[in-house]
This record gives sequence, C-alpha cells and structure tokens, in this order.
Amino acid sequence: MTAAAELRTVWALMRRALNEIVRVPGAAIPGVLAPAIFLLGLTSVFGNLTLLPGFTTTSFMSFLLPVSLMQGAGFTGAATGVNLARDIELGWFDRLAVAPPARSALLAGLVLSASMRALIPMTFLLIVGFSFGVHFPGIDGLLLAILLPAGFAAVAASWGITLALRFRTQSAAPLMQAGIFMAVLFTASYAPLALLTGWLHTVATYNPVRFIIDAARQGFVGHFEWSTTVQGVLALAGLMVVMVALALRGLRHAND
Amino acid sequence: MFPSLFLAVNTGGAGRAIDLPSFPHVHGFLDFQLAGSMTQSTMLAGVSAGIALALDIEIGFIDRLVVSPISRAAIVIGRLSATAVLGAISGVWFLTIGLIFGAHIKGGVAGFLLVVLLSALCAGAFGALGAALAFRAGSPTVVQGIFPIVFVILFLSSAFFPRNLLLEPSRTIADWNPLSLIADGVRDPVIYGLSWSAVGKGLAGIAIVGALGALLSAAAMRRRLSVG
Repeated sequence: MTAAAELRTVWALMRRALNEIVRVPGAAIPGVLAPAIFLLGLTSVFGNLTLLPGFTTTSFMSFLLPVSLMQGAGFTGAATGVNLARDIELGWFDRLAVAPPARSALLAGLVLSASMRALIPMTFLLIVGFSFGVHFPGIDGLLLAILLPAGFAAVAASWGITLALRFRTQSAAPLMQAGIFMAVLFTASYAPLALLTGWLHTVATYNPVRFIIDAARQGFVGHFEWSTTVQGVLALAGLMVVMVALALRGLRHAND
Repeated sequence: MFPSLFLAVNTGGAGRAIDLPSFPHVHGFLDFQLAGSMTQSTMLAGVSAGIALALDIEIGFIDRLVVSPISRAAIVIGRLSATAVLGAISGVWFLTIGLIFGAHIKGGVAGFLLVVLLSALCAGAFGALGAALAFRAGSPTVVQGIFPIVFVILFLSSAFFPRNLLLEPSRTIADWNPLSLIADGVRDPVIYGLSWSAVGKGLAGIAIVGALGALLSAAAMRRRLSVG
C-alpha cells in the first residue's frame, strides 16, 4: 500500500475510535469522573501534607493536578486496549487483521485516537483545577501539562493493546488499568521525592513516569527548567519506544 | 486488589504525615491506614454483592427463587452472609499484610479478632445497601456505576486521615458521615488497643448503614416483586 493509503487507514481508525464518544457518550464519563473525584478527594484528605517541612508548594491541588492529568490520560489510553479486546471478541479485529494495511498503520490509528480522546478528561480536570484555585502554569507550562500526558495516553494505549492481543478478552481490563495505576501513582504523586518513605521512595526514584510527571508539574509548582523538561521528554520517548514495539510485535503475531 | 494498591501508595506517599503536629500518636502511618483500606474493601465488597444480585435479577434467577418455597428474607440474608464472609477475609488480609510490613496491632489477638468481626459486619451492612440498589435498578451496569460514589463517601470521612487534619468542607462532612464512625471503630483496636468506646463507635456506624440498607432493600424488593 502507498503511504497515502496507510495514512487514510490511520485516519479511518482514529475516526472510528473517536466516533465512540458520540455513539456512547456515557462510556467517557468514568474516565472523566474518576480522576476528578480523586483530584478533589485526595486534596481534601491529604491537603495538609503541604505543612510538612520540605513540601515544595502550599497548594496540594496544584501539586496533584499533573498526576490527575496523567491518570486521566492513562486510563483513557488503557481503555483503547479494552475496546480492542471487545473487537477481538466480536470478530471485528480478525477482519481488520486480514486487510492489506500495514500493522504499523493499524497501531498508529489506535494509539493516536487514544491521545486525542485523552484531551477530554484532561480538559475537564484543568477546568476543575483552575476553578478550585490551582496556580496557572503559564502558556509553556500548560502546553507541557497537556502534551506530556497526551503522549502518555499513547504509551498506555500500547500497553492496553499488547495485553488485549495477548489475552484476547475484556476480562484483562483490570490488568490494563492496574498497570497504569501503579505506573502513575508509584511516583512522587502525593509528595516530593524527598518526603516519600520506604519502598515507594526507591520505586519512585527509578520509575520513568516520575520524570514525565515532574516535567508536567513544573509550571504548577516551582519554575520551568530545561533539564527537567528534557528528562521528562526522554522518559516518555523511551517508554513509547518500548511499548509501541511490544504492541507492534503483538499485532504481527495476532494471527499466529 | 485496588484497596491493596491504594494502601501501598497512601502509606509510601503520605507516610511523613505522622510528623504533622496534630497527627495522633501512632506507631506508623501504615497502622493508621489499615482501617481505611479495610473500610474501602468492605464497601467495594458491598457494591460487588449488589452487582452479583443485579445479575441474578437480570438473568431471572431471583424470579425462580421467589416462586420457590423459601422466605424472601432468606434470599437477601444468604447473599449478605456471603458478603460478610468476604468482609472478614478482607479484614484478615489487610491485618496480615499490615503485620508483614511492620504494623503493630495494639489490641493484640483480641483486637485482631474484633477488627475482623467489625469488617464482616461492615461488609454485610454495605451489602444491604448494594442489594437495595440491585433491587431498585435491576441492572449490574447501573449498580457498577456507583463505584465513583464509594470514593466520594470515603474521601468525605476519616477513613484515610485524621478528621482534624482534613480540609474543609470535608472535615465538617466527615463529622456527620457514619463511615467515620466505622473507620474509627476499626482503627482504634489497631492504634490504641481495646476499648468499649471503639467497639461502640464501630457498631453504631455499622448499625446506621445496616438499618438504612435493610429498610431500602426491603422496600426495593417489595416494589420489584409487585411490579414484576
């Protein structure tokens, strides 16, 4: 197939995934509602952690919002895997697998649609956050806070797709979500790295998602630094390479 | 699985909270968090019981039970008893992982058993609420939809943090939320030891939730059976 035909395939798959928002609007509600409840709920519960010496801001919600953006984007991405598992169960994916488009085009369509869909919970979370007094991060900070989680949605989608192709059932959904839950929250999610205790401090130190959150958090807490941004972008790129490779491998072996 | 992951994140992420000046004197933050996880787990067990019952309604299994020569109360009580057993198992699970990861149970073996008993009763009480919802909605999808509300109720209680350290308006709401009574009742044997006040608090909270669940589920069951 020509490059133009492959691009048309990507676009068609993106449109199909995005159409689900219009066809089943209720399906988007949990992905939007859950991170917002966590943002507000965790702030009301752990908000006084900012009184600890060494906490880098007085606004816990400003500290937490980037984590919620990553959570919203991650769960939306993982939902792509659940939808693919449903397509596999219904036999729709088998028809797609014998069609002429390259596997990379099929994957690109699914993954890009996840990034686009992630903009819905992220927009809602930003509105909720700013309504409750989250610091405005500036245009550059806001862009980072949107682009990095949108990229993470693609990583989460690749993770979900890999599991969907491996288990071929929607029953694998909790595994997809649990993976994202751990990746996002086993970081400096509630407090700065120096204030984490026990095993979480060790895990968060090496968890690549922490670097993405730190980069997305810059405008909300503290000030913008190139080194933090570069670390975040590199961590995202590394995760994307690994997860896309795994998903592509799963697609290539889908009919074995 | 989810309450266990949440326990891990809360303990590692907010563990330094015990250094806050008005935090209660505890051996460690894990000791404090165990009650929150058990309460969360029993609430989720209640919702799961509601989902299972709604599924039975949807596939017509409950209709067949209703026309058989057994009491209608037994249909609900049977399921609630199973949910209570799940609650007890969750109590044992969290106390065991707590002990493995260094928590101290001040109430000793008696405290351990008391917490397990309260967890069982708590799961049964939330199961009654789940049953009410199942009879009212008759659809597992609708019952599943209340999962986010579970978290709202949890965050508006003292399940995860001391009431005096919650931000407003959560602090005021937590003062009136029966879940705070349950969480404090389950927590006290772990962090302070055995006391009648702890048992009383826990049982009072469970009684409020259980009575509400029993009333609502009885009304919803009558309505469903009369409508058909």
